[in-house]
Amino acid sequence: MMGGDRETVIRVEGLGKRYRLGQREPIYYRTLRDSIARHLGRGLRKAARLSPLVKKHQDDHGGGDGQRWIWALKDVSFEVKKGEVVGIIGRNGAGKSTLLKILSRITEPTEGRVEMHGRVASLLEIGTGFHPELTGRENIYLNGAILGMKRAEIDRKFDEIVAFAELERFLDTPVKRYSSGMYVRLAFAVAAHLEPEILLVDEVLAVGDTAFQKKCLGKMGDVAHEGRTVVFVSHNMGAVENLCQCGIVLDRGQAVYIGGQIDAVSVYLRSLADKTLSLRDRTDRQGTGAVRVVGIEFRDTSGNLLNSVPCGTDIDVYLHFEAEGEFPRRYVTAGVVFKTQLDTPVFQHNNRLTGQDFGPLPTGGAFVCRLRRLPLTPSVYRVAYSIRAGEECLDTISDAAELTVVEGDFFGCGLVPPSTHGVCLVEGRWRLEADTPAPSI
Amino acid sequence: MEKVVIEPSSGWIRLKLRELLAYRELLYFLAWRDIKVRYKQTALGVLWILVQPFAAMVIFTFVFHRFAKIPSGDVPYPLFALCGILPWNYFSGSMNRATGSLVGSSHLITKVYFPRVVIPVSSVLTGWVDFGIASLLLAGLMVYYRVIPGGGLVLAPLFLLMAMMVALGVGLWLSALNVQYRDVGYLMPFLSQAWMFLTPVIYPTQLIPESLRWVYGLNPMVAVVEGFRWAVLGTPLEMGSLWASLVAAFLILFSGLLFFQRMERGFADVI
Repeated sequence: MMGGDRETVIRVEGLGKRYRLGQREPIYYRTLRDSIARHLGRGLRKAARLSPLVKKHQDDHGGGDGQRWIWALKDVSFEVKKGEVVGIIGRNGAGKSTLLKILSRITEPTEGRVEMHGRVASLLEIGTGFHPELTGRENIYLNGAILGMKRAEIDRKFDEIVAFAELERFLDTPVKRYSSGMYVRLAFAVAAHLEPEILLVDEVLAVGDTAFQKKCLGKMGDVAHEGRTVVFVSHNMGAVENLCQCGIVLDRGQAVYIGGQIDAVSVYLRSLADKTLSLRDRTDRQGTGAVRVVGIEFRDTSGNLLNSVPCGTDIDVYLHFEAEGEFPRRYVTAGVVFKTQLDTPVFQHNNRLTGQDFGPLPTGGAFVCRLRRLPLTPSVYRVAYSIRAGEECLDTISDAAELTVVEGDFFGCGLVPPSTHGVCLVEGRWRLEADTPAPSI
Repeated sequence: MEKVVIEPSSGWIRLKLRELLAYRELLYFLAWRDIKVRYKQTALGVLWILVQPFAAMVIFTFVFHRFAKIPSGDVPYPLFALCGILPWNYFSGSMNRATGSLVGSSHLITKVYFPRVVIPVSSVLTGWVDFGIASLLLAGLMVYYRVIPGGGLVLAPLFLLMAMMVALGVGLWLSALNVQYRDVGYLMPFLSQAWMFLTPVIYPTQLIPESLRWVYGLNPMVAVVEGFRWAVLGTPLEMGSLWASLVAAFLILFSGLLFFQRMERGFADVI
């Protein structure tokens, strides 16, 4: 990818993967496909109208009713040289996971070809195959075997794995008695001791606390320094900038940028700001779709639409929605998350936190959240929303809108701190106490 | 250096048995996991392996021998029944486990690559342990009835091997179908029950009219149960139906492998 005379270890040519819209099954189940199409035809056609990506595809085996497909990945080609660490970025639904699943041989491509030279290991999650009834010791062997380690290899690395996980005392305890932290530590320890020549990693690092993430990032860095080739899918732009030398930006199934990681990140961030798609037409949403948010607006308390918001003002966040289909229209939770450009969440709000219930939902309208004295420093923030009914996700988009915050008088004295010292503004007062003694230690 | 090529596959493909061999350690660990976990958190634990066939034997003896007057030739009926129950339990347990195995391992299938056939194969292997332990019951009963097995006993494992082939073959078909149609799960109890009545577990083959024997023999489990009984108790064995059963067993296994590999590539997308 970046030139040089090192050998190419991954070569991807014209890779594509097609799914039937609304179904996850690929194209070769001809008979099943037809039967399901008849049942779901109406719903699918409705959804298909909303998606610009979907091409009408006449069924060449008769039947007459058109089939609709979506290309999760289309015509992606790139090469990775030995020892490179490549970050794959893109918003939800851009095809990152599909690409990684094809490279991991979990799912088959519809077209194209991949050639990889060397022993491949993929980590789409950690702790795959852990059995809660088995002990830590037993799970190390089981998980290692599932990840492709040979028994002798696990024997050899066993002590190292246990030491890395810091779980010596709990080796013979069933993992169902582990805390979630211990569980993750054990799982990562096994994964970290894989020694493939090519490592494919999905956002494994999105688990655990910050200290643990740091340890994992450090281990990833080690991997890269050992001359191993790594393909890394991530939402964490900081990790991509620090760990990778190259970046591939996917957008709606296509590779829109291939090159250095710094440029890739900025291409990605710019693409987020690109407002070519209205919310109604977005295809990167997840959830059942029983409720769909079709527009997001920020208004002041008198109802005037705002393009930018001065910090410290009261605003209303409008989530305009449409509801259809049969679902329990009660106990619906609407929530928003405000995030920085690097995808770090700053705060969230939802009506479960405030203990409010909307009652039975109408077929259309808006969820409105009043935010008092917006506590954000001037910058551009990304807004995610989710609509849930109980535990079920109805609709969510992780980069649904942007909020531009401009300078405003949060503290009431005309000064606005720069966002380099934190993105959050907190109310507070200072005072001076002259005679208070210093703490003795 | 290892080379991996990923391309869309098309049509019927050759059997990838060599790959299965390469993943034999995973096969071993999955089977080992299932055996370890099976009787965890049960009060009786491994005793269940003995309790189940014993209870079935007692019930069958009362219902089918005492009340329904089903004959068992020169052999005491409880012994006759147990010799049918053991291979049958191995078969139906393995078939059921194999059928549910893919759906039960969906967390693996969507996250890691390995030849999927490892999953149903490991689930028909675990039954051997249960069978081995349950055989102690049979040995005990033979001592009780003072029955001495002939030299045919050494062939008994071969019939069990045949049961494994059939269980795997059917398991491959049904587990792959189960990925798409969960209806299979509802079908299983009927299938097991109907199949048992078509197999000489509780009655001797001699009750089947001569003219129908060859059709009857197409059920490969007929040869498994008859053969096992012949090996242990020396009851008569018909060679004609044995060959028919053997051919049927091979066909089921071979077609199962082909069908499974045809469907395999879509598992992660559908499951």
